[in-house]
Amino acid sequence: MQTYDLAEKGLRGLNSILHAQDEETNQTSWEVVNPRGSHAIAVGLDAPLEVIVKGSTGYYCAGMNQGATITVEGSAGPGVAENMMSGSVVVEGDASQYAGATGHGGLLVIKGNASSRCGISMKGIDIVVHGNVGHMSAFMAQAGNLVVCGDAGDALGDSIYEARLFVRGSVKSLGADCVEKEMRPEHVDILKGLLDRADLHARPEEFRRYGSARKLYNFDVDNVADY
Amino acid sequence: MCGIVGLFLKDKELEPKLGEMLTQMLTTMSDRGPDSAGIAIYGRGKRGKAKLTVQSDQPDQDLGDLAPELGQAIGTEVGIRRVDTHAVLELAAAKVHAARKAVRELRPGIRVMSDGEVIEIYKEVGLPKDVADRFDLSRMEGTHGIGHTRMATESAVTTEGAHPYSTGADQCLVHNGSLSNHNDLRRKLMRKGARIESMNDTEVGAAYLTWKMQNGASLGEALDSSLEDLDGFFTFVVGTKDGFGVLRDPIACKPAVMGETSQYVAFGSEYRALVSLPGIEDASVWEPEPATVYFWSH
Repeated sequence: MQTYDLAEKGLRGLNSILHAQDEETNQTSWEVVNPRGSHAIAVGLDAPLEVIVKGSTGYYCAGMNQGATITVEGSAGPGVAENMMSGSVVVEGDASQYAGATGHGGLLVIKGNASSRCGISMKGIDIVVHGNVGHMSAFMAQAGNLVVCGDAGDALGDSIYEARLFVRGSVKSLGADCVEKEMRPEHVDILKGLLDRADLHARPEEFRRYGSARKLYNFDVDNVADY
Repeated sequence: MCGIVGLFLKDKELEPKLGEMLTQMLTTMSDRGPDSAGIAIYGRGKRGKAKLTVQSDQPDQDLGDLAPELGQAIGTEVGIRRVDTHAVLELAAAKVHAARKAVRELRPGIRVMSDGEVIEIYKEVGLPKDVADRFDLSRMEGTHGIGHTRMATESAVTTEGAHPYSTGADQCLVHNGSLSNHNDLRRKLMRKGARIESMNDTEVGAAYLTWKMQNGASLGEALDSSLEDLDGFFTFVVGTKDGFGVLRDPIACKPAVMGETSQYVAFGSEYRALVSLPGIEDASVWEPEPATVYFWSH
């Protein structure tokens, strides 16, 4: 285990060292101490590293991750795991707004609550939130899965494309073109897999599925007068 | 951008350290707002007395003989404490209105920053650390305080463009965000007699709250109605004589983090602003909900 003191050695040094590791590295295990809410911790990693951040982080922690496993032992500021490609990011506490935004792949697990716009414009990432998500979550979500074990705020899935949303608790309101959909056996299987990967012991049957009514994103000739 | 910090002490033993803690919080927010900074500090007051905090770009010329001249003009004794470009005038509470008017006539170059029993507002152009040093903020004591670091977006980098803004006796407002209907609202408020001195959007927000309260609304009601009447992005922190309040617009894209322990309630635009506070590791830390008015008071 390599230990990096962020307060002492600075952010650029951390990200440079982590970027310098390739797939063959034997320095795979890293611990970052004294994060003190700093921005852009462990961004752009592209090797199968395991990074543990010992405390809360600021903006854009673990952004653009490709293949690394990053754990935040605290809460994360805005934009955690933004545009993740693969790998996994675990936040032990809460996550601020737009967690997992635009993510193409990988798994983001938030053990507390996520704030507004969780999974905005997600493009294939899987996001599992143990608690609640705030308003406008999964806005324009294109692909991937968002699992919410608690409640969802206003306008869930507004202008959604083909992402799947699973919510166990209440949904304050659904956004434009987002509807509740039938939970078929294949969805139960997908959800079960996600819950297992996120280490969550919840029953898939307790969740409801939401997705696109597909009325908004295709051009409809009957609406031509509105343009 | 812009950074906001706020600290409300529950534990009286921390009161001598309020300025020190706020300074640390404020300077951490420098990269959210490096062009100017300001603070409102709520210290000790004397019953029946009011503090008028004033500022001048030519402090030696404007503030030198101000106290005796003002005292003569309004017929009461006026104490003065100079703090860099600012001065805190102490006078009988009943004379505040007359004093504001007399100051304007005696020294047209002076700006009144605040009035009230306990509030003092200091703000200037410059890096937050330099501004804090000029006013010796770290040595100030008090029960609560609010600070702001500004990155100007829609009006000039000037003292009057800096925050906090006074919204009434012992009240102030700081803002992170941008109001998009401030020109229209400024015209309307000025037609109703509001005094607005800059092209700054937050000053309009402050004038709006003041106008609402002059027409009978409580601060909470005024904040509630701002959700209807103000268009744009905002996280507001308001200071009152015995506490502070927080309000975010319904979209809530401007960041806000609260930290609370048995000793204090703290506000920061980012968690970074809170990391030096005692016991923050075990504090309850959360984000205020959108379109919800929060208040903490003694």
